[in-house]
Amino acid sequence: MATSRALLSLSRSLQPGWGGRLGSAVKVSGAAASSRRDKSTHTGQIIPPPARYGGRHTVTLIPGDGIGPELLNHVRELFRFSCVPVDFEVVNVNSSLTNEDDINNAITAIRRNGVALKGNIETNHTLPPSHKSRNNLLRTGLDLYANVMHCQSLPGVQTRHKNIDIIIIRENTEGEYSSLEHESVPGVVESLKIITRNNSLRIADYAFRLAREKGRRRVTAVHKANIMKLADGLFLQCCKEVASGYPDITFDSMIVDNTTMQLVSKPHQFDVMVMPNLYGNVVSNVCAGLVGGPGLVPGANLGSDYAVFETATRNTGKSIAGRNIANPTAMLLASCLMLDHLKLHAYASMIRSSIFTTMNETQLHTADIGGQGTTSEVVQSIMRNIQSGGPLTTEL
Amino acid sequence: MAGNAWRSTILKLLERYGAWITGQRKPEEVSRVMGAVKSQTQPRTFSRGMQTVTIIPGDGIGPEISSAVIKIFEAAKVPIQWEERNVTAIKGPGGKWMIPPEAKESMDKSKIGLKGPLKTPIAAGHPSMNLLLRKTFDLYANVRPCVSIEGYKTPYTDVDLVTIRENTEGEYSGIEHVIVDGVVQSIKLITEDASRRIAEYAFEYARNNQRASVTAVHKANIMRMSDGLFLRKCREVAENFKDVKFTEMYLDTVCLNMVQDPTKFDVLVMPNLYGDILSDLCAGLIGGLGVTPSGNIGANGVAIFESVHGTAPDIAGKDMANPTALLLSAVMMLRHMGLHGHAKKIETACFDTIRDKKVLTKDLGGNSKCSEFTAEICRRVQDME
Repeated sequence: MATSRALLSLSRSLQPGWGGRLGSAVKVSGAAASSRRDKSTHTGQIIPPPARYGGRHTVTLIPGDGIGPELLNHVRELFRFSCVPVDFEVVNVNSSLTNEDDINNAITAIRRNGVALKGNIETNHTLPPSHKSRNNLLRTGLDLYANVMHCQSLPGVQTRHKNIDIIIIRENTEGEYSSLEHESVPGVVESLKIITRNNSLRIADYAFRLAREKGRRRVTAVHKANIMKLADGLFLQCCKEVASGYPDITFDSMIVDNTTMQLVSKPHQFDVMVMPNLYGNVVSNVCAGLVGGPGLVPGANLGSDYAVFETATRNTGKSIAGRNIANPTAMLLASCLMLDHLKLHAYASMIRSSIFTTMNETQLHTADIGGQGTTSEVVQSIMRNIQSGGPLTTEL
Repeated sequence: MAGNAWRSTILKLLERYGAWITGQRKPEEVSRVMGAVKSQTQPRTFSRGMQTVTIIPGDGIGPEISSAVIKIFEAAKVPIQWEERNVTAIKGPGGKWMIPPEAKESMDKSKIGLKGPLKTPIAAGHPSMNLLLRKTFDLYANVRPCVSIEGYKTPYTDVDLVTIRENTEGEYSGIEHVIVDGVVQSIKLITEDASRRIAEYAFEYARNNQRASVTAVHKANIMRMSDGLFLRKCREVAENFKDVKFTEMYLDTVCLNMVQDPTKFDVLVMPNLYGDILSDLCAGLIGGLGVTPSGNIGANGVAIFESVHGTAPDIAGKDMANPTALLLSAVMMLRHMGLHGHAKKIETACFDTIRDKKVLTKDLGGNSKCSEFTAEICRRVQDME
């Protein structure tokens, strides 16, 4: 009797989420660590970290190189102005150092806070090949397996194709970016592209769940399985398997070279696209170009436990750094995605609508979309729009 | 040392240090083979003023468009005699699939080939014909010039670039293994020799065709060693070609900029996979595979020019096909052979016909037959005499 009661109380106390005291103990024990965060919504979107200090969220900020620091400063300025309850913990990563302490600190900080906003970290080619890309280390270290990019034509921006609306979901951790290379014989280098069943199923599942949640009708898998029969063949097979579980969504596949050709001639045939890492790179850059350039599209790197937001095309922008001509739209929209993720929807929609209102004024367009405005003018205009919108703001 | 001994010593030294110029190749021959040459050098197979070209009609619409091209060449009085061959794979001695020996012999003799679309067999047991041809003649460079066609409207005007793609190794090496159940690895192979060869071809092409710059496309931030090697070789070769500007750009930046402003690019050189994607992207910019020419350059001076579209079995035999792609590839071939006058005449006739918009095939937006389109081009060519 006593033992059964003891067992009952023990089992109850060990259940995740029960009892504040034991909650932290559950988090510490590695095996059960993911259980609290597995209590996710049906899209796999994680529960945001608890807002700790007085109702304010803490988010890791990685300035990166090039235009990253100045754009993230604008984000901070805007958040301070709009009284958004987010505090930033800034972690600097020096791209020229060869040891990995900097990036490991950043990864620890993101594990602590759960959410991050980052600029792109440059990869120095003069360093030896053992010095891996810092961005890649971040993505694989935190297992941010899905890169989601929503390409939408913005009204007010002149492009050759109008009314594009494509969601691109790209596998973010394996594929060609496994960084496994060796020189088997002098003058012959082999680079391994790894495709695993688990990751392919995971990304396909994410794609279909997202498509269902957003009410999308079609998912297209992009591959090159006619040449890479085993690798992309496995990816395609996993997508087909997952597709059979979603009969309301049409599934088709297309070879990557045909896909790029169709994107530049008839982009409206695409709805949601899912693909391995390298093709994702190509297709997402082509789509970003179609809607107006790298300065307009935000991207999200999502894992089961963490989320990192940045611009979709991950450019460093060295040539335009420090000149006040970069387009802040992509980074600001990425920060709105982050606010949505933190469930601060009111702030997100307020900032987003101000950005779109500013976009409609052509004299405020920056150089990359054909105008002559400066970054600070654009940000000032957005702040003015927010102020006229009504809610409490600080002084302009 | 006596003259011959001196020469053979140098040749041995060159071979030892891995120079790919082997045997009896003389420098002048090498530079002539590399891309079209402006000067009036006499072409190699020269008998009674006629050059022999092996033509491979192919399947589906292949025979129709090949005969269209032959007709137009006749009207333009091009000094070419055609040798028609079939390349359906046969099983050779030892069980290895190979192309028929007559085809190989003809190509080896004439060194220039024109190929129509080939059907890819699904369950025939042998690899694709294109792959076999590539292996047989070591076709290491795939060249695709993409020029906007006036009269065939696309959202992109003023495209004028050339993609040069390494065609033998890279991601398409075909080496794949299942490591454990559920984990597959595919090997991307980059070698020094192949990278150097393609870089040298790219710069030669740029020099011979008066192109201002060569851009190497890579992803060396991620694939540090493999694309790093490719990039290093390109940089080394660029040192010998100071008259051509050399830049390097990431693959994603190229894609981004290509879609926004294709006029920024001139000659692009890249490994296999990126080349596949980018060359099709550029073809899409000018209107698709139905109007894009393509050439494959091989070792030993072999060059095969082809149309890259499919066999279109649904319109085969109905006189509806568009011969533009094969025709423009044939024009590329004429330039390669040094027959610039004829090349210009035929190209102008073709572009004028498309610009006029009176006689266009269905895929170009008209409703004329293939034979009518061909006749119109022949008429224009004859008028130009």
